[in-house]
Amino acid sequence: MDGMTFGSTVRKLVVIGNGMAGARAVEEVLARGGAEQFSITMFGDEPYGNYNRILLSNILSGQQDHSEIYINPLDWYKENSIRLHSGARVTHIDRAARVVTADNGVQEEYDILLIATGSRAFIPPMEGVWAEGGRLRPGIFAFRGIDDCNAIVAEAARSKRAAVIGGGLLGLEAARGLLNHGCEVHVIHLGQHLMDMQLDTAGGAMLRRAMEGMGVQVHLGKMTTTVLLEGEKVAGLRFKDGTELACDMVVVSAGIRPNAEIGSRAGLTVERAIVVDNTMRSPDDPHIYAVGECVQHRGKVYGLVAPLWDQAKVFADQVTGANTGAEYLGSKLATKLKVMGVELASMGITEPASDADEVIQFSEPKRGTYKKLIVRDGRLVGGILMGDISKAAYLMQAFDRDSRLPDERLELLFDLGAPPQKVTLDEMPVDAQVCNCNGVSKGAIGACVADGARSGSAVMKATRAGMGCGSCKGLVNELVEWFCGGEAEEDPSIHYYVPAIPLAKPELVAKIREQGLRSVSAVFAALAPQGEDAASKPPLASLLATIWAGEYEDERDARFINDRVHANIQKDGTFSVVPEMAGGVCTPAELMRIAQVAVKYQVPLVKLTGGQRIDLVGIAKADLPGVWQDLDMPAGTAWGKSYRTCKSCIGTEFCRFGLGDSMGLATRIERRFRGIDSPAKMKLATAGCPRNCSEAMVKDVGLVAIGDDKWEIYVGGAAGAHIRKGDLLCVVEGEDAAMQISGRFMQYYREHAKWKERTYSFVPRIGLERIRAIVVDDADGTAEALDQAMLASVEAAYDPWKEAVKPRTANQFADVVQAEMVGGGDD
Amino acid sequence: MTEAILKHRVGLLDAVPRGEGRVFEVAGQRLAVFRTHGDQVFATQEHCPHLGGPLADGLIDRGTVICPLHDRTYDLRSGAGVNTECQVRTYPASVGADGAIVVEVGQD
Repeated sequence: MDGMTFGSTVRKLVVIGNGMAGARAVEEVLARGGAEQFSITMFGDEPYGNYNRILLSNILSGQQDHSEIYINPLDWYKENSIRLHSGARVTHIDRAARVVTADNGVQEEYDILLIATGSRAFIPPMEGVWAEGGRLRPGIFAFRGIDDCNAIVAEAARSKRAAVIGGGLLGLEAARGLLNHGCEVHVIHLGQHLMDMQLDTAGGAMLRRAMEGMGVQVHLGKMTTTVLLEGEKVAGLRFKDGTELACDMVVVSAGIRPNAEIGSRAGLTVERAIVVDNTMRSPDDPHIYAVGECVQHRGKVYGLVAPLWDQAKVFADQVTGANTGAEYLGSKLATKLKVMGVELASMGITEPASDADEVIQFSEPKRGTYKKLIVRDGRLVGGILMGDISKAAYLMQAFDRDSRLPDERLELLFDLGAPPQKVTLDEMPVDAQVCNCNGVSKGAIGACVADGARSGSAVMKATRAGMGCGSCKGLVNELVEWFCGGEAEEDPSIHYYVPAIPLAKPELVAKIREQGLRSVSAVFAALAPQGEDAASKPPLASLLATIWAGEYEDERDARFINDRVHANIQKDGTFSVVPEMAGGVCTPAELMRIAQVAVKYQVPLVKLTGGQRIDLVGIAKADLPGVWQDLDMPAGTAWGKSYRTCKSCIGTEFCRFGLGDSMGLATRIERRFRGIDSPAKMKLATAGCPRNCSEAMVKDVGLVAIGDDKWEIYVGGAAGAHIRKGDLLCVVEGEDAAMQISGRFMQYYREHAKWKERTYSFVPRIGLERIRAIVVDDADGTAEALDQAMLASVEAAYDPWKEAVKPRTANQFADVVQAEMVGGGDD
Repeated sequence: MTEAILKHRVGLLDAVPRGEGRVFEVAGQRLAVFRTHGDQVFATQEHCPHLGGPLADGLIDRGTVICPLHDRTYDLRSGAGVNTECQVRTYPASVGADGAIVVEVGQD
């Protein structure tokens, strides 16, 4: 019956291993209509859905969060009717009965069994590395899974000096991650140069210099023999040459070993890994297949992700009958990667095998650029690109396809009169891999466009191309454009002010005015096709406050928690409290009250802010009203998308260089604009002279005294995640004019900026000339209206900390509501 | 052994403003209870499973809550993550004739 009844009977496919290999193989089976042929069961010994192991280093370095590296969420299993036994390790395969048994007692019958158990970290023999029970000693870690990452991150926070054993790709990634956690990091490598699988001596030396430049210390030719202990704690490492290194944590990344034991126990042929034939099947059992890092094919065991994509396809073609002629013929290894910011591409061999091999080499150590190609019979058999990898795509393709190289060898290393990109896209073969992280080919992107996707974001969502390390996003977008024949669509929603309402800000403002919509609820009812939307609420509340000033109906549920309780929420759910300190000045009495509050409420942290104020951090919500009353100072509005504060220097008061009263002006600004809502926060500063001690040139609005009562006004500056020197809008005479022009600019910004668009984006987007024409020269005749609108907002502003004695909503400051019962108790 | 579901009257509807959430203590555990503009009530676990954010402080609409710390969003009915792998536990909640919020909490 076998093979003759596809589709008429449902067979049982059991997959051991829920990592990238197992999941990918199942995806390929499903893509070939496998859901109709198979009932699918998967076993995974980690208690998670499947995730992209390549990105673990980003978790370690804190660049990505756990939830971002999942390939398939748990819903995927449900949607595809896959039964997942997570946290269950298969310990036994009964080939005669065709049943697998897991360590938790679960048994499953199979018609087809796929072994995709992957590999584990190799721990070289070292004295002191193991604790009792076969576990690594505390302070020593492998770097392989999510749990390892979590444990390393936790330990790194306590550690001063970390040693990484192994200077291969993963070891260097681990070193990078540790560096981000503030440890001193040492890499111990057995070989004579770093990454000896991918680099030659010269490349390895250059990488070492780059790494040391970033603060990682590299020790080559060192074999670790002993982990030194102080009691139970790791104290250092001893090497074969007798030298020692002190350290308080150790990460071992010395290669991987295939998880092939399950194959041996089942009596399958296992050499270095589970042996398979060209159909990915075990030669010993027609019902058992294997893919991924647990597999040995034609004598080779692969530790990279790329071969897996091909293996999974062949497996799926075979078991679904989609293409019973499909064969896996081995992979040529080429990788493109980024190690600690150094871009690197490597393929094939790293050194010439004989004198007949031609070596083409370029080296510019000062710039960290190194290129080396090995050519045999006119074809590329090896290559290393470092620093400048612009030719990588072309060379990797030539290597992979074994195509004939041009006679002009220089063209291989450099773009000479660069050929246009279009030619490359046209010439790129359909099966060329675009996204290496998720194994997406040019053809797959084309198919997705043919299915109706018309934007880069839609294609990325559907194929997951670009969702790994992200380095191919540009290429994916270009290909989508190319496949669409220039008819790629921009997602129209990027122009909406809020996601729930299909209108850009100017049209939305016009509708709100026209229809007199004064509350967020009213806006949803009138303009949002799908009604209320949580994420749209705060931007609408801010906009309504700008449009209607005092006549806006303030629905607190539309506000972010900070604006409901007038404090800034912290990671543990407590809040920070910043009282107003105009001009960075407070009286001794105020300072004493702040200290008394800090003592009375046991405030965990008293911190000076970047805005020249005092921050009381870690206050429970229920304590906020009491804190405000005891402080008896106005709110410092340090929590919202609003005017925040105005820094200043000493100015003319005491400074011998002062040209203008920067403290006085800062105080006037603070008293006027405090509490004004805006699309994003507005941070201001005044400087008493161009020495700019208060950093006024990198503020949303900065005022710099230049003498003779003149002030320069800078706008669009920033010195946060983005750094931009403000543009000089104009020079005005007198503090009154400075206040007026600053206010008019802020009002124009409030009315025209997108939600969360800081002035450093807004000013370049609108253009300084245009802003100057409106705000300074009144070219549109709108200056009066802008001034009036700002005045209305100023007059409508109030001190929200007054709500301490008169809460606006029920249980506004309650950490837990005390249940007030009417009638009986629990039913 | 079957799981006993107990209905608890946790407080009056007016204890929670429309469109917001509050924390209540029910049978020894804390829950986040939400009230929509349409006066429907929902109950979820107190903290976001991502990094422990207080869900009751989140923005809501008629079907979802957004954690105030990192914008993880959950379906108020099912607890399923909308933009996250995480999910939250939800509890059946309703408003009784006397205006009290009733939450069903299972007991082992």
